[in-house]
Amino acid sequence: MAHVARWRWLYLLLLPGVVYFALFRYGPMYGAVIAFKDYLPFLGVTGSPWVGTAHFEAFFASPDFPRLLGNTLILALLSLLIAFPLTVLVALLLNELRLNLLKRTVQTLIYIPHFLSWTVVASLTYLLFALEIGPLFQALNGLLGTDIDFLSDPAWFRPIIVLQDIWKNTGWGTIIFLAALASVDQEQYEAAILDGAGRFQRVWHITLPSIMPTVVVMLVLQMGQVLNTGFEQIYLMTNALNRQVADVFDTYVYFMGITQGSYSYSTAVGLFKAVVGVVLIFGANWVARRFKQTGIF
Amino acid sequence: MAREPYRFNTPAGRVFDVLNIVLLSALGVVALLPFVFVTAGSFATEAELASRSFFLWPNTVSLEAYASILTSPTFLRALLTTIAVTAVGTVVQLLLTASMAYPLSKVGLPGRKTLVSLVVITMVFSGGMIPTFLVVKDLGLLDTYWALILPMAINPFSLIIIKNFFQQLPAELEESAKIDGANELQTLWNVILPLSKPVLATFALFYAVGIWNDFMSPLLYLNDNSMWTLQMFLRQVTAATDLSMLESDPSSLPPAQGVKFAVIVVATVPILLFYPFLQKHFAKGMLIGSVKG
Repeated sequence: MAHVARWRWLYLLLLPGVVYFALFRYGPMYGAVIAFKDYLPFLGVTGSPWVGTAHFEAFFASPDFPRLLGNTLILALLSLLIAFPLTVLVALLLNELRLNLLKRTVQTLIYIPHFLSWTVVASLTYLLFALEIGPLFQALNGLLGTDIDFLSDPAWFRPIIVLQDIWKNTGWGTIIFLAALASVDQEQYEAAILDGAGRFQRVWHITLPSIMPTVVVMLVLQMGQVLNTGFEQIYLMTNALNRQVADVFDTYVYFMGITQGSYSYSTAVGLFKAVVGVVLIFGANWVARRFKQTGIF
Repeated sequence: MAREPYRFNTPAGRVFDVLNIVLLSALGVVALLPFVFVTAGSFATEAELASRSFFLWPNTVSLEAYASILTSPTFLRALLTTIAVTAVGTVVQLLLTASMAYPLSKVGLPGRKTLVSLVVITMVFSGGMIPTFLVVKDLGLLDTYWALILPMAINPFSLIIIKNFFQQLPAELEESAKIDGANELQTLWNVILPLSKPVLATFALFYAVGIWNDFMSPLLYLNDNSMWTLQMFLRQVTAATDLSMLESDPSSLPPAQGVKFAVIVVATVPILLFYPFLQKHFAKGMLIGSVKG
Protein backbone atom coordinates (compact mmCIF):
# COMPACT_ATOMS: atom_id res chain seq x y z
CA MET A 1 0.00 0.00 0.00
CA ALA A 2 3.05 2.25 -0.12
CA HIS A 3 2.01 3.70 -3.43
CA VAL A 4 -1.36 4.80 -2.02
CA ALA A 5 0.49 7.05 0.42
CA ARG A 6 2.69 8.38 -2.35
CA TRP A 7 -0.24 9.17 -4.65
CA ARG A 8 -2.72 10.13 -1.94
CA TRP A 9 -3.31 13.69 -3.15
CA LEU A 10 -4.00 12.51 -6.67
CA TYR A 11 -6.41 9.83 -5.46
CA LEU A 12 -8.14 12.48 -3.37
CA LEU A 13 -8.55 14.64 -6.49
CA LEU A 14 -9.85 11.62 -8.37
CA LEU A 15 -12.47 10.77 -5.76
CA PRO A 16 -15.30 13.19 -6.72
CA GLY A 17 -15.04 12.19 -10.37
CA VAL A 18 -15.02 8.48 -9.56
CA VAL A 19 -18.10 8.94 -7.35
CA TYR A 20 -19.76 10.83 -10.22
CA PHE A 21 -19.10 8.07 -12.76
CA ALA A 22 -20.17 5.37 -10.29
CA LEU A 23 -23.42 7.15 -9.42
CA PHE A 24 -24.56 8.80 -12.64
CA ARG A 25 -22.95 6.71 -15.40
CA TYR A 26 -22.54 3.18 -14.05
CA GLY A 27 -25.48 3.43 -11.61
CA PRO A 28 -28.00 3.70 -14.48
CA MET A 29 -26.22 0.88 -16.36
CA TYR A 30 -26.77 -1.34 -13.34
CA GLY A 31 -30.30 0.09 -12.94
CA ALA A 32 -31.09 -1.05 -16.47
CA VAL A 33 -31.56 -4.59 -15.05
CA ILE A 34 -35.10 -3.49 -14.15
CA ALA A 35 -35.84 -4.22 -17.82
CA PHE A 36 -35.86 -7.88 -16.65
CA LYS A 37 -37.78 -7.14 -13.43
CA ASP A 38 -41.06 -5.66 -12.29
CA TYR A 39 -39.73 -2.50 -10.74
CA LEU A 40 -41.57 -1.43 -7.63
CA PRO A 41 -40.34 1.81 -6.03
CA PHE A 42 -40.59 0.54 -2.45
CA LEU A 43 -38.60 -2.62 -3.26
CA GLY A 44 -35.92 -0.77 -5.22
CA VAL A 45 -33.81 -2.08 -8.12
CA THR A 46 -32.34 -5.01 -6.17
CA GLY A 47 -35.50 -6.11 -4.36
CA SER A 48 -37.94 -6.05 -7.28
CA PRO A 49 -38.93 -9.52 -8.60
CA TRP A 50 -37.40 -10.93 -11.80
CA VAL A 51 -39.72 -11.42 -14.76
CA GLY A 52 -37.23 -12.54 -17.41
CA THR A 53 -37.87 -11.18 -20.88
CA ALA A 54 -41.58 -10.51 -20.35
CA HIS A 55 -41.30 -6.77 -21.03
CA PHE A 56 -39.37 -7.33 -24.23
CA GLU A 57 -41.93 -9.89 -25.42
CA ALA A 58 -44.77 -7.50 -24.60
CA PHE A 59 -43.04 -4.71 -26.53
CA PHE A 60 -42.25 -6.81 -29.62
CA ALA A 61 -45.83 -8.12 -29.65
CA SER A 62 -47.44 -4.68 -29.30
CA PRO A 63 -48.55 -2.73 -32.38
CA ASP A 64 -46.38 0.14 -31.11
CA PHE A 65 -43.19 -1.74 -32.00
CA PRO A 66 -43.47 -1.79 -35.82
CA ARG A 67 -44.78 1.77 -35.78
CA LEU A 68 -41.89 3.09 -33.65
CA LEU A 69 -39.33 1.14 -35.64
CA GLY A 70 -40.76 2.48 -38.91
CA ASN A 71 -40.93 6.09 -37.71
CA THR A 72 -37.42 5.97 -36.29
CA LEU A 73 -35.86 4.31 -39.33
CA ILE A 74 -37.57 6.65 -41.80
CA LEU A 75 -36.27 9.71 -39.96
CA ALA A 76 -32.78 8.19 -39.74
CA LEU A 77 -32.84 7.25 -43.41
CA LEU A 78 -33.96 10.74 -44.45
CA SER A 79 -31.14 12.21 -42.41
CA LEU A 80 -28.63 9.79 -43.94
CA LEU A 81 -29.84 10.34 -47.51
CA ILE A 82 -30.47 14.10 -47.38
CA ALA A 83 -28.72 15.83 -44.48
CA PHE A 84 -25.47 13.86 -44.64
CA PRO A 85 -24.70 14.29 -48.38
CA LEU A 86 -25.74 17.93 -48.07
CA THR A 87 -23.14 18.45 -45.34
CA VAL A 88 -20.40 16.96 -47.53
CA LEU A 89 -21.60 19.05 -50.48
CA VAL A 90 -21.57 22.31 -48.51
CA ALA A 91 -18.06 21.50 -47.25
CA LEU A 92 -16.90 20.90 -50.85
CA LEU A 93 -18.49 24.13 -52.04
CA LEU A 94 -16.90 26.07 -49.18
CA ASN A 95 -13.57 24.51 -50.07
CA GLU A 96 -13.91 25.73 -53.66
CA LEU A 97 -14.75 29.27 -52.56
CA ARG A 98 -11.79 31.50 -53.41
CA LEU A 99 -12.93 34.65 -51.59
CA ASN A 100 -11.52 34.08 -48.13
CA LEU A 101 -13.46 36.83 -46.42
CA LEU A 102 -16.77 35.53 -47.79
CA LYS A 103 -15.77 32.00 -46.87
CA ARG A 104 -15.11 32.94 -43.26
CA THR A 105 -18.29 35.01 -43.06
CA VAL A 106 -20.44 32.17 -44.40
CA GLN A 107 -18.78 29.73 -41.99
CA THR A 108 -19.40 32.05 -39.03
CA LEU A 109 -23.07 32.37 -39.97
CA ILE A 110 -23.87 28.73 -40.66
CA TYR A 111 -22.27 27.50 -37.41
CA ILE A 112 -24.55 29.69 -35.25
CA PRO A 113 -27.75 27.58 -35.35
CA HIS A 114 -25.84 24.66 -33.82
CA PHE A 115 -25.59 26.56 -30.54
CA LEU A 116 -29.28 27.42 -30.27
CA SER A 117 -31.45 25.18 -28.11
CA TRP A 118 -34.01 22.86 -29.64
CA THR A 119 -36.60 24.86 -27.73
CA VAL A 120 -35.58 27.98 -29.66
CA VAL A 121 -35.52 26.08 -32.98
CA ALA A 122 -38.96 24.59 -32.29
CA SER A 123 -40.31 28.00 -31.28
CA LEU A 124 -38.92 29.57 -34.45
CA THR A 125 -40.61 26.80 -36.44
CA TYR A 126 -43.92 27.45 -34.67
CA LEU A 127 -43.71 31.14 -35.52
CA LEU A 128 -42.61 30.65 -39.13
CA PHE A 129 -45.33 28.06 -39.83
CA ALA A 130 -48.01 29.63 -37.62
CA LEU A 131 -51.53 29.15 -38.95
CA GLU A 132 -52.51 31.99 -41.37
CA ILE A 133 -49.83 34.51 -40.23
CA GLY A 134 -46.57 32.54 -40.37
CA PRO A 135 -44.31 33.68 -43.24
CA LEU A 136 -43.50 30.13 -44.30
CA PHE A 137 -47.15 29.11 -43.89
CA GLN A 138 -48.09 31.79 -46.41
CA ALA A 139 -45.16 31.29 -48.74
CA LEU A 140 -45.40 27.50 -49.00
CA ASN A 141 -49.18 27.40 -49.24
CA GLY A 142 -49.06 30.15 -51.86
CA LEU A 143 -46.51 28.17 -53.82
CA LEU A 144 -48.45 24.91 -53.59
CA GLY A 145 -51.89 26.52 -53.92
CA THR A 146 -53.00 24.78 -50.73
CA ASP A 147 -54.17 25.62 -47.23
CA ILE A 148 -52.14 23.18 -45.12
CA ASP A 149 -51.51 23.53 -41.40
CA PHE A 150 -47.92 22.27 -41.57
CA LEU A 151 -47.52 21.97 -37.80
CA SER A 152 -50.33 19.48 -37.28
CA ASP A 153 -50.50 17.72 -40.66
CA PRO A 154 -48.87 14.29 -40.13
CA ALA A 155 -47.62 14.28 -43.74
CA TRP A 156 -45.51 17.38 -42.99
CA PHE A 157 -43.99 16.17 -39.73
CA ARG A 158 -40.98 14.45 -41.31
CA PRO A 159 -40.14 17.18 -43.84
CA ILE A 160 -40.18 19.75 -41.01
CA ILE A 161 -37.95 17.58 -38.80
CA VAL A 162 -35.46 17.14 -41.65
CA LEU A 163 -35.59 20.85 -42.42
CA GLN A 164 -34.85 21.75 -38.78
CA ASP A 165 -32.05 19.23 -38.70
CA ILE A 166 -30.49 20.68 -41.84
CA TRP A 167 -30.83 24.26 -40.62
CA LYS A 168 -29.38 23.53 -37.20
CA ASN A 169 -26.59 21.07 -37.97
CA THR A 170 -25.39 21.24 -41.59
CA GLY A 171 -23.03 24.14 -41.00
CA TRP A 172 -21.52 22.64 -37.89
CA GLY A 173 -21.15 19.27 -39.60
CA THR A 174 -18.93 20.78 -42.31
CA ILE A 175 -16.13 21.50 -39.80
CA ILE A 176 -14.80 17.96 -39.76
CA PHE A 177 -14.84 17.71 -43.58
CA LEU A 178 -13.23 21.13 -43.99
CA ALA A 179 -10.43 19.96 -41.72
CA ALA A 180 -9.96 16.90 -43.93
CA LEU A 181 -10.04 19.08 -47.06
CA ALA A 182 -7.41 21.42 -45.66
CA SER A 183 -4.93 18.56 -45.38
CA VAL A 184 -5.19 17.44 -49.02
CA ASP A 185 -1.75 17.56 -50.66
CA GLN A 186 -1.67 20.67 -52.89
CA GLU A 187 0.97 19.19 -55.21
CA GLN A 188 -1.57 16.72 -56.52
CA TYR A 189 -3.62 19.65 -57.86
CA GLU A 190 -0.58 21.15 -59.57
CA ALA A 191 0.21 17.84 -61.24
CA ALA A 192 -3.42 17.48 -62.33
CA ILE A 193 -3.41 20.97 -63.84
CA LEU A 194 -0.28 20.10 -65.85
CA ASP A 195 -2.16 17.04 -67.07
CA GLY A 196 -4.98 19.35 -68.21
CA ALA A 197 -7.57 18.46 -65.59
CA GLY A 198 -10.41 21.00 -65.13
CA ARG A 199 -12.01 22.09 -61.87
CA PHE A 200 -14.61 19.34 -61.78
CA GLN A 201 -12.13 16.64 -62.72
CA ARG A 202 -9.85 17.79 -59.91
CA VAL A 203 -12.68 17.65 -57.39
CA TRP A 204 -13.77 14.24 -58.66
CA HIS A 205 -10.36 12.59 -58.92
CA ILE A 206 -8.39 14.29 -56.10
CA THR A 207 -10.59 16.06 -53.57
CA LEU A 208 -13.30 13.43 -53.18
CA PRO A 209 -10.98 10.41 -52.87
CA SER A 210 -8.88 12.34 -50.33
CA ILE A 211 -11.79 12.95 -47.98
CA MET A 212 -13.42 9.54 -48.48
CA PRO A 213 -11.90 8.06 -45.29
CA THR A 214 -13.40 10.92 -43.26
CA VAL A 215 -16.75 10.50 -45.02
CA VAL A 216 -16.76 6.78 -44.23
CA VAL A 217 -15.85 7.35 -40.58
CA MET A 218 -18.62 9.93 -40.19
CA LEU A 219 -21.04 7.57 -41.94
CA VAL A 220 -20.08 4.78 -39.53
CA LEU A 221 -20.59 7.10 -36.56
CA GLN A 222 -23.98 8.09 -37.91
CA MET A 223 -24.98 4.46 -38.46
CA GLY A 224 -24.48 3.88 -34.76
CA GLN A 225 -26.83 6.80 -34.08
CA VAL A 226 -29.60 5.51 -36.36
CA LEU A 227 -32.01 4.88 -33.49
CA ASN A 228 -31.05 8.09 -31.66
CA THR A 229 -33.52 10.51 -33.14
CA GLY A 230 -32.84 13.30 -30.69
CA PHE A 231 -35.37 13.35 -27.88
CA GLU A 232 -35.75 17.11 -27.50
CA GLN A 233 -36.36 17.88 -31.17
CA ILE A 234 -39.01 15.18 -31.67
CA TYR A 235 -40.68 15.80 -28.31
CA LEU A 236 -40.99 19.52 -28.99
CA MET A 237 -42.56 18.97 -32.43
CA THR A 238 -44.95 16.22 -31.32
CA ASN A 239 -48.60 17.10 -30.82
CA ALA A 240 -51.90 15.26 -30.47
CA LEU A 241 -52.47 15.29 -34.24
CA ASN A 242 -49.14 13.93 -35.48
CA ARG A 243 -48.40 11.32 -32.79
CA GLN A 244 -48.90 8.45 -35.24
CA VAL A 245 -45.84 9.45 -37.32
CA ALA A 246 -43.97 11.40 -34.63
CA ASP A 247 -43.50 8.73 -31.97
CA VAL A 248 -39.95 7.34 -31.92
CA PHE A 249 -38.16 5.13 -29.39
CA ASP A 250 -36.82 8.06 -27.35
CA THR A 251 -40.12 9.88 -26.93
CA TYR A 252 -41.98 6.58 -26.40
CA VAL A 253 -39.65 5.74 -23.50
CA TYR A 254 -40.46 9.15 -22.01
CA PHE A 255 -44.23 8.86 -22.42
CA MET A 256 -44.37 5.27 -21.16
CA GLY A 257 -41.83 5.69 -18.37
CA ILE A 258 -42.16 9.22 -17.01
CA THR A 259 -45.74 10.10 -17.96
CA GLN A 260 -47.31 6.68 -17.35
CA GLY A 261 -44.88 5.26 -14.78
CA SER A 262 -44.17 1.95 -16.57
CA TYR A 263 -40.53 2.05 -15.49
CA SER A 264 -39.56 -1.53 -16.31
CA TYR A 265 -41.33 -1.67 -19.66
CA SER A 266 -39.86 1.63 -20.86
CA THR A 267 -36.39 0.62 -19.62
CA ALA A 268 -36.71 -2.55 -21.73
CA VAL A 269 -37.53 -0.39 -24.77
CA GLY A 270 -34.54 1.85 -24.04
CA LEU A 271 -32.24 -1.14 -23.56
CA PHE A 272 -33.38 -2.69 -26.84
CA LYS A 273 -32.59 0.58 -28.57
CA ALA A 274 -29.15 0.84 -26.94
CA VAL A 275 -28.17 -2.74 -27.82
CA VAL A 276 -29.23 -2.34 -31.45
CA GLY A 277 -27.24 0.90 -31.54
CA VAL A 278 -24.05 -0.80 -30.33
CA VAL A 279 -24.51 -3.69 -32.79
CA LEU A 280 -25.02 -1.17 -35.60
CA ILE A 281 -21.91 0.85 -34.85
CA PHE A 282 -19.69 -2.23 -34.67
CA GLY A 283 -21.37 -3.70 -37.75
CA ALA A 284 -20.90 -0.53 -39.76
CA ASN A 285 -17.28 -0.39 -38.69
CA TRP A 286 -16.79 -3.96 -39.93
CA VAL A 287 -18.36 -3.08 -43.29
CA ALA A 288 -16.15 0.01 -43.57
CA ARG A 289 -13.06 -2.15 -43.03
CA ARG A 290 -14.15 -4.61 -45.69
CA PHE A 291 -14.21 -1.70 -48.13
CA LYS A 292 -10.54 -1.18 -47.19
CA GLN A 293 -11.36 2.16 -45.62
CA THR A 294 -10.17 3.12 -42.19
CA GLY A 295 -12.68 2.17 -39.55
CA ILE A 296 -12.84 4.02 -36.28
CA PHE A 297 -11.78 1.10 -34.06
CA MET B 1 0.71 29.70 -61.39
CA ALA B 2 2.52 26.72 -60.05
CA ARG B 3 2.44 28.07 -56.52
CA GLU B 4 -1.27 28.74 -56.53
CA PRO B 5 -2.93 25.98 -58.50
CA TYR B 6 -6.38 27.32 -57.64
CA ARG B 7 -5.76 30.39 -59.79
CA PHE B 8 -5.95 28.19 -62.89
CA ASN B 9 -9.52 28.34 -64.11
CA THR B 10 -11.67 27.47 -67.11
CA PRO B 11 -14.75 29.36 -68.42
CA ALA B 12 -16.99 26.68 -66.93
CA GLY B 13 -15.05 27.03 -63.68
CA ARG B 14 -15.75 30.78 -63.65
CA VAL B 15 -19.48 30.21 -64.07
CA PHE B 16 -19.30 27.73 -61.22
CA ASP B 17 -17.47 30.27 -59.03
CA VAL B 18 -20.22 32.84 -59.50
CA LEU B 19 -22.96 30.29 -58.75
CA ASN B 20 -21.01 29.07 -55.76
CA ILE B 21 -20.70 32.59 -54.33
CA VAL B 22 -24.44 33.18 -54.78
CA LEU B 23 -25.40 29.81 -53.28
CA LEU B 24 -23.17 30.00 -50.23
CA SER B 25 -24.14 33.60 -49.53
CA ALA B 26 -27.75 32.45 -49.64
CA LEU B 27 -26.95 29.73 -47.10
CA GLY B 28 -25.41 32.30 -44.78
CA VAL B 29 -28.52 34.48 -45.09
CA VAL B 30 -30.84 31.51 -44.44
CA ALA B 31 -28.93 30.67 -41.26
CA LEU B 32 -29.44 34.19 -39.97
CA LEU B 33 -32.83 35.18 -41.39
CA PRO B 34 -35.17 33.50 -38.87
CA PHE B 35 -33.36 35.26 -36.07
CA VAL B 36 -33.47 38.68 -37.77
CA PHE B 37 -37.20 38.16 -38.30
CA VAL B 38 -37.78 37.26 -34.65
CA THR B 39 -35.73 40.21 -33.41
CA ALA B 40 -37.66 42.59 -35.68
CA GLY B 41 -40.93 41.02 -34.53
CA SER B 42 -40.03 41.41 -30.88
CA PHE B 43 -39.83 45.18 -31.37
CA ALA B 44 -43.08 45.43 -33.35
CA THR B 45 -46.56 46.29 -32.13
CA GLU B 46 -49.23 43.59 -31.78
CA ALA B 47 -51.17 45.21 -34.62
CA GLU B 48 -48.20 45.02 -36.96
CA LEU B 49 -47.55 41.36 -36.07
CA ALA B 50 -51.17 40.57 -36.86
CA SER B 51 -51.12 42.33 -40.23
CA ARG B 52 -47.64 41.66 -41.64
CA SER B 53 -46.34 38.14 -41.96
CA PHE B 54 -42.69 38.80 -42.68
CA PHE B 55 -40.48 41.79 -42.12
CA LEU B 56 -36.89 42.58 -41.24
CA TRP B 57 -37.64 45.93 -39.61
CA PRO B 58 -40.82 46.96 -37.78
CA ASN B 59 -42.80 49.98 -39.06
CA THR B 60 -43.30 51.18 -35.52
CA VAL B 61 -40.64 50.33 -32.98
CA SER B 62 -42.36 49.24 -29.80
CA LEU B 63 -41.02 47.98 -26.48
CA GLU B 64 -44.37 46.68 -25.26
CA ALA B 65 -43.41 43.01 -25.61
CA TYR B 66 -40.27 43.49 -23.51
CA ALA B 67 -42.16 45.66 -21.02
CA SER B 68 -44.67 42.86 -20.71
CA ILE B 69 -42.20 40.05 -20.05
CA LEU B 70 -39.90 42.10 -17.83
CA THR B 71 -42.80 42.87 -15.50
CA SER B 72 -43.96 39.26 -15.40
CA PRO B 73 -42.82 37.57 -12.16
CA THR B 74 -43.01 34.14 -13.85
CA PHE B 75 -40.66 35.21 -16.61
CA LEU B 76 -38.25 37.05 -14.34
CA ARG B 77 -38.03 34.07 -12.01
CA ALA B 78 -37.35 31.71 -14.94
CA LEU B 79 -34.67 34.06 -16.27
CA LEU B 80 -32.91 34.52 -12.92
CA THR B 81 -33.17 30.79 -12.18
CA THR B 82 -31.57 29.94 -15.50
CA ILE B 83 -28.75 32.46 -15.01
CA ALA B 84 -28.03 31.15 -11.50
CA VAL B 85 -28.19 27.46 -12.44
CA THR B 86 -25.97 28.09 -15.46
CA ALA B 87 -23.39 30.00 -13.39
CA VAL B 88 -23.24 27.52 -10.49
CA GLY B 89 -23.51 24.50 -12.79
CA THR B 90 -20.66 25.61 -15.02
CA VAL B 91 -18.32 26.11 -12.04
CA VAL B 92 -19.27 22.75 -10.49
CA GLN B 93 -18.98 20.83 -13.76
CA LEU B 94 -15.67 22.42 -14.69
CA LEU B 95 -14.15 21.82 -11.23
CA LEU B 96 -15.24 18.18 -11.23
CA THR B 97 -13.94 17.63 -14.76
CA ALA B 98 -10.57 19.34 -14.20
CA SER B 99 -9.93 17.67 -10.84
CA MET B 100 -10.53 14.25 -12.36
CA ALA B 101 -8.57 15.01 -15.53
CA TYR B 102 -5.41 15.98 -13.64
CA PRO B 103 -4.71 12.67 -11.85
CA LEU B 104 -5.66 10.79 -15.03
CA SER B 105 -2.91 12.71 -16.86
CA LYS B 106 -0.25 11.23 -14.53
CA VAL B 107 1.15 8.30 -16.49
CA GLY B 108 2.58 6.53 -13.42
CA LEU B 109 -0.64 6.56 -11.36
CA PRO B 110 -1.65 2.98 -10.49
CA GLY B 111 -5.13 2.14 -11.81
CA ARG B 112 -5.07 5.02 -14.31
CA LYS B 113 -5.50 2.86 -17.43
CA THR B 114 -8.51 1.04 -15.99
CA LEU B 115 -10.19 4.29 -15.04
CA VAL B 116 -9.61 5.82 -18.48
CA SER B 117 -11.15 2.72 -20.09
CA LEU B 118 -14.13 2.95 -17.75
CA VAL B 119 -14.60 6.57 -18.81
CA VAL B 120 -14.33 5.72 -22.53
CA ILE B 121 -16.94 2.96 -22.16
CA THR B 122 -19.50 5.55 -21.04
CA MET B 123 -19.10 7.29 -24.41
CA VAL B 124 -20.69 4.26 -26.12
CA PHE B 125 -22.94 2.74 -23.45
CA SER B 126 -25.41 4.49 -21.20
CA GLY B 127 -28.08 3.24 -18.83
CA GLY B 128 -30.77 5.19 -20.60
CA MET B 129 -33.36 7.77 -19.66
CA ILE B 130 -35.43 5.83 -17.11
CA PRO B 131 -32.60 4.24 -15.06
CA THR B 132 -30.91 7.66 -14.91
CA PHE B 133 -34.21 9.20 -13.80
CA LEU B 134 -34.50 6.56 -11.04
CA VAL B 135 -30.95 7.30 -9.82
CA VAL B 136 -31.77 11.00 -9.62
CA LYS B 137 -35.02 10.16 -7.82
CA ASP B 138 -33.38 7.76 -5.34
CA LEU B 139 -30.76 10.38 -4.51
CA GLY B 140 -33.58 12.75 -3.58
CA LEU B 141 -32.61 15.20 -6.32
CA LEU B 142 -36.04 15.46 -7.98
CA ASP B 143 -37.36 19.01 -7.83
CA THR B 144 -33.95 20.40 -6.92
CA TYR B 145 -31.71 22.43 -9.20
CA TRP B 146 -28.89 19.93 -8.61
CA ALA B 147 -30.80 17.59 -10.92
CA LEU B 148 -30.01 20.03 -13.76
CA ILE B 149 -26.29 20.04 -12.89
CA LEU B 150 -25.05 16.77 -11.39
CA PRO B 151 -26.28 14.06 -13.80
CA MET B 152 -24.29 15.71 -16.62
CA ALA B 153 -21.47 17.02 -14.43
CA ILE B 154 -18.58 15.39 -16.33
CA ASN B 155 -18.74 15.07 -20.08
CA PRO B 156 -16.44 12.11 -20.88
CA PHE B 157 -15.27 13.71 -24.15
CA SER B 158 -14.32 16.96 -22.41
CA LEU B 159 -12.64 14.99 -19.64
CA ILE B 160 -10.41 13.09 -22.07
CA ILE B 161 -9.49 16.23 -24.03
CA ILE B 162 -8.55 18.13 -20.85
CA LYS B 163 -6.58 15.10 -19.62
CA ASN B 164 -4.66 15.01 -22.92
CA PHE B 165 -3.98 18.73 -22.58
CA PHE B 166 -2.56 18.32 -19.05
CA GLN B 167 -0.48 15.39 -20.27
CA GLN B 168 1.39 17.45 -22.86
CA LEU B 169 2.34 20.23 -20.43
CA PRO B 170 6.12 20.18 -19.71
CA ALA B 171 6.89 18.00 -16.68
CA GLU B 172 9.58 20.40 -15.42
CA LEU B 173 6.92 22.85 -14.26
CA GLU B 174 5.59 20.38 -11.75
CA GLU B 175 9.01 19.15 -10.69
CA SER B 176 10.11 22.65 -9.74
CA ALA B 177 6.90 23.08 -7.75
CA LYS B 178 7.59 19.80 -6.01
CA ILE B 179 11.13 20.91 -5.11
CA ASP B 180 9.56 23.97 -3.53
CA GLY B 181 7.64 21.56 -1.30
CA ALA B 182 4.21 21.82 -2.95
CA ASN B 183 1.92 18.78 -2.95
CA GLU B 184 -0.13 17.84 -6.01
CA LEU B 185 -3.19 19.81 -4.90
CA GLN B 186 -1.12 22.98 -4.61
CA THR B 187 0.63 22.25 -7.90
CA LEU B 188 -2.69 21.85 -9.69
CA TRP B 189 -4.11 25.02 -8.21
CA ASN B 190 -1.03 27.26 -8.45
CA VAL B 191 0.75 25.97 -11.55
CA ILE B 192 -1.42 23.84 -13.81
CA LEU B 193 -4.78 25.63 -13.71
CA PRO B 194 -3.36 29.11 -14.42
CA LEU B 195 -1.55 27.64 -17.44
CA SER B 196 -4.73 25.99 -18.69
CA LYS B 197 -7.00 29.03 -18.56
CA PRO B 198 -7.79 29.21 -22.31
CA VAL B 199 -8.61 25.49 -22.54
CA LEU B 200 -10.72 25.56 -19.39
CA ALA B 201 -12.51 28.71 -20.57
CA THR B 202 -13.49 26.90 -23.77
CA PHE B 203 -14.97 23.95 -21.92
CA ALA B 204 -16.64 26.27 -19.42
CA LEU B 205 -18.44 27.90 -22.36
CA PHE B 206 -19.54 24.53 -23.72
CA TYR B 207 -20.83 23.49 -20.31
CA ALA B 208 -22.61 26.84 -19.91
CA VAL B 209 -24.29 26.55 -23.32
CA GLY B 210 -25.32 22.99 -22.46
CA ILE B 211 -26.99 23.99 -19.20
CA TRP B 212 -28.58 27.15 -20.64
CA ASN B 213 -30.08 25.22 -23.57
CA ASP B 214 -31.07 22.10 -21.63
CA PHE B 215 -34.73 21.25 -21.98
CA MET B 216 -34.76 17.54 -21.20
CA SER B 217 -33.43 17.75 -17.62
CA PRO B 218 -35.99 20.27 -16.35
CA LEU B 219 -38.69 18.35 -18.20
CA LEU B 220 -37.66 15.10 -16.50
CA TYR B 221 -36.64 16.27 -13.06
CA LEU B 222 -38.70 19.37 -12.20
CA ASN B 223 -42.39 18.82 -11.54
CA ASP B 224 -42.76 22.07 -9.67
CA ASN B 225 -43.79 24.76 -12.17
CA SER B 226 -42.41 27.54 -10.00
CA MET B 227 -38.92 26.11 -10.59
CA TRP B 228 -39.12 26.43 -14.37
CA THR B 229 -36.11 27.46 -16.41
CA LEU B 230 -36.16 29.80 -19.39
CA GLN B 231 -36.37 26.95 -21.93
CA MET B 232 -39.41 25.50 -20.14
CA PHE B 233 -41.01 28.94 -20.07
CA LEU B 234 -40.29 29.46 -23.77
CA ARG B 235 -41.87 26.11 -24.57
CA GLN B 236 -44.96 27.03 -22.58
CA VAL B 237 -45.34 30.42 -24.28
CA THR B 238 -44.74 29.42 -27.90
CA ALA B 239 -46.29 25.96 -28.11
CA ALA B 240 -49.65 26.87 -26.67
CA THR B 241 -51.15 24.45 -29.20
CA ASP B 242 -49.60 21.46 -27.48
CA LEU B 243 -52.18 19.98 -25.15
CA SER B 244 -49.84 17.87 -23.05
CA MET B 245 -48.10 20.93 -21.61
CA LEU B 246 -51.28 22.81 -20.72
CA GLU B 247 -52.18 20.56 -17.80
CA SER B 248 -51.09 23.20 -15.38
CA ASP B 249 -50.63 26.77 -16.45
CA PRO B 250 -49.30 29.15 -13.84
CA SER B 251 -48.37 31.74 -16.43
CA SER B 252 -50.03 35.04 -15.83
CA LEU B 253 -48.97 36.30 -19.25
CA PRO B 254 -51.27 36.80 -22.15
CA PRO B 255 -49.60 34.52 -24.77
CA ALA B 256 -49.60 37.45 -27.15
CA GLN B 257 -47.63 37.23 -30.35
CA GLY B 258 -45.01 39.83 -29.43
CA VAL B 259 -44.21 38.06 -26.17
CA LYS B 260 -43.31 34.87 -28.06
CA PHE B 261 -40.86 36.82 -30.21
CA ALA B 262 -39.31 38.60 -27.23
CA VAL B 263 -38.82 35.42 -25.17
CA ILE B 264 -37.05 33.71 -28.08
CA VAL B 265 -34.72 36.71 -28.35
CA VAL B 266 -33.94 36.63 -24.61
CA ALA B 267 -33.25 32.88 -24.77
CA THR B 268 -30.89 33.35 -27.73
CA VAL B 269 -28.99 36.59 -27.07
CA PRO B 270 -26.62 35.20 -24.41
CA ILE B 271 -25.59 32.44 -26.83
CA LEU B 272 -24.91 35.02 -29.55
CA LEU B 273 -22.91 37.16 -27.12
CA PHE B 274 -20.63 34.25 -26.25
CA TYR B 275 -20.55 32.91 -29.80
CA PRO B 276 -17.39 34.80 -30.89
CA PHE B 277 -15.46 33.25 -27.97
CA LEU B 278 -16.91 29.83 -28.71
CA GLN B 279 -16.05 30.06 -32.38
CA LYS B 280 -12.46 31.01 -31.63
CA HIS B 281 -11.89 27.72 -29.85
CA PHE B 282 -14.39 25.09 -30.91
CA ALA B 283 -12.74 23.99 -34.12
CA LYS B 284 -9.52 23.43 -32.19
CA GLY B 285 -11.44 21.61 -29.47
CA MET B 286 -13.06 19.29 -31.97
CA LEU B 287 -9.82 18.48 -33.70
CA ILE B 288 -7.74 17.72 -30.62
CA GLY B 289 -10.66 15.60 -29.48
CA SER B 290 -9.05 12.38 -30.55
CA VAL B 291 -9.24 9.81 -27.77
CA LYS B 292 -5.83 8.69 -26.62
CA GLY B 293 -5.03 6.33 -23.75
